Amino acid sequence: MSGINTHSEKFPFGIAGAGMSEIERQVPNDQPPPLPMNDALLVIGKPVPRHDGRAKVTGAVRFTVDVKLPGMLHARILRSASPNARVRSIDTDAAARLAGVRAVLVTAQKDSVLRYAGAPIAAVAAATPAVADAALRLIRVDAAALPFVVDMDIARRANAALVYQPGEPLPLNAVEIAVSAALPLNGNVRGPETQGSRGDVARGFAQSEVVVEGEYRTRTQTHCCLEPHAIVADWRADGLTVWMSTQFTTGVRRELARVFDLKLSQVRVKVAAMGGGFGSKSQLGPYGQIAVTLSRQAGAPVRLVFDREEEHLDSGNRPETWQHVRIGARRDGTLTAIAVEEFGSAGVGVGAGVGNFAQTLYTCPNFALAQNDVFINAGRGSAMRGPGNTPGAFAMEQAIDDLAGQLGLDPLVLRDRIDPSPVRREERRLGAAKIGWARRHPPGADTGTIKRGLGVAQSIWGANVTTNASCEVRVLRDGSVLVLSSVQDLGTGIGTILALVVAEEFGLRPEAISVHIGDTEFPAGPPSYGSQCTASISPAARTAAWKVKQALFRQIAPALAVAPEQLAARDGRIVVANDPARGMSFREATAGLRTEQLSAVEARADDYGGFRRHMGDMNGAQNDLGGVQFAEVSVDTETGAIRVERVVAVQDCGRPMNPMLIESQVQGGVLMGISYALLEERVIDQHTGRMVNANLEQYKLIGAGDTPPIDVLVLENYQGQSATDAYGIAEPSNIPTAPAIANAVFNALGVRVRELPMTPATVLASLGRLPHRS
Amino acid sequence: MSDPSHTLSVSRRFFLRGTGAAASGVALLNDARTAAAADDEPPILGPGAVPLTLTVNGRNFGVSVEPCATLADVLRGPLDLTGTKIGCDRGACSACTVWLDGVPVASCMLLAVDVGARAVTTIEGLAHGDTLDPVQEAFIAHDAMQCGYCTPGMVMSCAALLERVPHPAAADVRAAIGGHLCRCGAYPHVIDAVLAAGATRKA
Repeated sequence: MSGINTHSEKFPFGIAGAGMSEIERQVPNDQPPPLPMNDALLVIGKPVPRHDGRAKVTGAVRFTVDVKLPGMLHARILRSASPNARVRSIDTDAAARLAGVRAVLVTAQKDSVLRYAGAPIAAVAAATPAVADAALRLIRVDAAALPFVVDMDIARRANAALVYQPGEPLPLNAVEIAVSAALPLNGNVRGPETQGSRGDVARGFAQSEVVVEGEYRTRTQTHCCLEPHAIVADWRADGLTVWMSTQFTTGVRRELARVFDLKLSQVRVKVAAMGGGFGSKSQLGPYGQIAVTLSRQAGAPVRLVFDREEEHLDSGNRPETWQHVRIGARRDGTLTAIAVEEFGSAGVGVGAGVGNFAQTLYTCPNFALAQNDVFINAGRGSAMRGPGNTPGAFAMEQAIDDLAGQLGLDPLVLRDRIDPSPVRREERRLGAAKIGWARRHPPGADTGTIKRGLGVAQSIWGANVTTNASCEVRVLRDGSVLVLSSVQDLGTGIGTILALVVAEEFGLRPEAISVHIGDTEFPAGPPSYGSQCTASISPAARTAAWKVKQALFRQIAPALAVAPEQLAARDGRIVVANDPARGMSFREATAGLRTEQLSAVEARADDYGGFRRHMGDMNGAQNDLGGVQFAEVSVDTETGAIRVERVVAVQDCGRPMNPMLIESQVQGGVLMGISYALLEERVIDQHTGRMVNANLEQYKLIGAGDTPPIDVLVLENYQGQSATDAYGIAEPSNIPTAPAIANAVFNALGVRVRELPMTPATVLASLGRLPHRS
Repeated sequence: MSDPSHTLSVSRRFFLRGTGAAASGVALLNDARTAAAADDEPPILGPGAVPLTLTVNGRNFGVSVEPCATLADVLRGPLDLTGTKIGCDRGACSACTVWLDGVPVASCMLLAVDVGARAVTTIEGLAHGDTLDPVQEAFIAHDAMQCGYCTPGMVMSCAALLERVPHPAAADVRAAIGGHLCRCGAYPHVIDAVLAAGATRKA
């Protein structure tokens, strides 16, 4: 913080209910004073209903799929039915001549390779969706079929069909996932990536007294956002306006300006409501470029909405993995070595690693990582809720459970010895009490057909912060208060959080704050991925509100014959702090403004005390986020069916802003984790190379019938690091669920299920009653 | 708005034929066709748009639609009632749920020309003016949503449940929303909300 004048402030520090103290930090002079703990606040930390709840329950809120513009055309994309083919020619003449067709675009040029079933070939924009579909059927594609491979194990073999020939360019860009530029490519295998390794594992294993190892498999999961990927593009001579179901309006604007050679000022990106993203809606994507190009060609707005099959084939997915985990420890549990070897497949893309889970969760001096991308002829993977760490946790947390068993230690006791986080220690204590951990029996102890078990697993995820995150707060003469940012709400409720923060500062009710987000005409907000949104934008909102409040105080202080510093905003009034009878209503105060409005735009300051790491606009706070989840299951040993009976999720996200919205999000993370653990798998037929369950009836998602009671406990973890001290929750709440269930299944059966999804067939195979999948 | 009497008679006749065949099953299909042949032929609809009248949220709408258009398409398109959402377009996710004579149905699985005179209620027609349905109020109070995309369909099924079962148990709610997919995972709060709405209900 060189060059910025700072002063010293004292912040509440620690976990509420588990020994609070104070921490003194140097804070820039332009930052608001420290907030007290939540129990001393009026709206922050309270269960305030989301600001757009009424619009959502009445159907009034407009998603991108609901946007209608005069003269709007409908686009459809022709996609490859073949998993690998070289284009000889594409004839679109008949399609272009069809009545109602306004633009045709070929995206796969002659001699290009269609590398997966679902790869875009061409697109049309027409007056109606039916005409667009009819036009697609008139496009003649001549392509030479090439050998293909859709199975990761087969793709690793020496004689496998090659997805990329030597020398062909590889698609190395990935959002949210670090990808090294230079790694060897052998056949279909790119790697090994060894970054993150430390110490000397050979020596570590030599020092160990106990070694556990195992192979684990996770399968490809697709995002299945209920609102499909959707864009409405309106190209005009004076600029481009795009409505898009996106997790990052500012980022899409940046991409559009670059791709179409426009100035940022000529591009506007809007999203009112969006129907889920989970990492799959972070970028413009080829489909976004297609829609904009068609609009430019046709001279009319173009709407492009994926159907459900396209969602599965070409909107990203969580890559499958094969992992070998080996851990060495001393008899007291001290870890001496961890070695993780991984092969994962993001289809034709990269970024199928296992994140930093095994690398960072436990104290261990020697760690070796070798992760590899295996190319197959399938749609590209992308970030999905806790990318890397979610499959990584499935393996690592089972290995730790194994180790506890080998050492004869309770899994919680082992973690108390090897996990340095005081936050997770408290989370283990709270969760164990809540689920009744004391009644956990030895593995496989139940007699009878249906066996019950308890399991636990942990989470780690970076406390990410984008400093390129701005917010405006505006007060008008009639007492209106507006908060404005381009930040988008993908369903987590960031608009409501902004309203809370601003309301707290002005002493108003959250309903009094008018929320304007999801539009790049407003100050540039952060992305809604990487669990960084609340941490990035809520401090900016508070700082802006505080500055506007100071300006307001300066204007009205003379009327109350006090200095501005003596004023306070509370209960809808501006009062003299030590004589609250003297004051005026908020509306009276704003009525006398010298100008029609007071306004301030503020950006996210660096964390007080600094960041631990920097990655472009994104920074990592000093302490990671975590969570501990406990699962209780029953397993029918005759059918192999697992039933999750109960989950207890104990999570932390710094200062909780709205416990009701956090509970929603954590329940959602747990349910996505149960679904991942028991149900979800993209199935590709080896003979045709095509996905056979690209729908929502055979690609199974958890429903209400399988939803267990989920207890959510959220720590108040004060660190004094920003104007709100709030951090994210989305990803940490998804990471530990599947391994907690797997460990509970082991506790029930005494047999470990090391493969996802843990279907009845997988369970019966693990019990030796059915053959394992090849 | 077109003349409802004409379009209604056309669509009701078509609707009766369609329902008869569907209700009697495949084995009786031929009989139904024979009977139809003896009577005057049912109108062949399409190619091209056909006029029909839909009764939606208590109002009659005359529209001209392709015979292949689903009720969901027509609600969202010409009627601009976009509260009804399409998630899968094949009856697997229930996002498109509306009421047909008070019964929840997947509007993506029903041709608009087959609706006939039955009353359609969409999410836009559930509240009474500014007064929300108790289920809607409870959804807000219990945060029974995140992104909100599945919410209209979910609300319609839950409100229908409370019409049938004023004081439901959790198992009733689970069954009522058993076909609804919510990727955000709002099920626990949906169950809480509906139980609360039932508890405060008089009848």
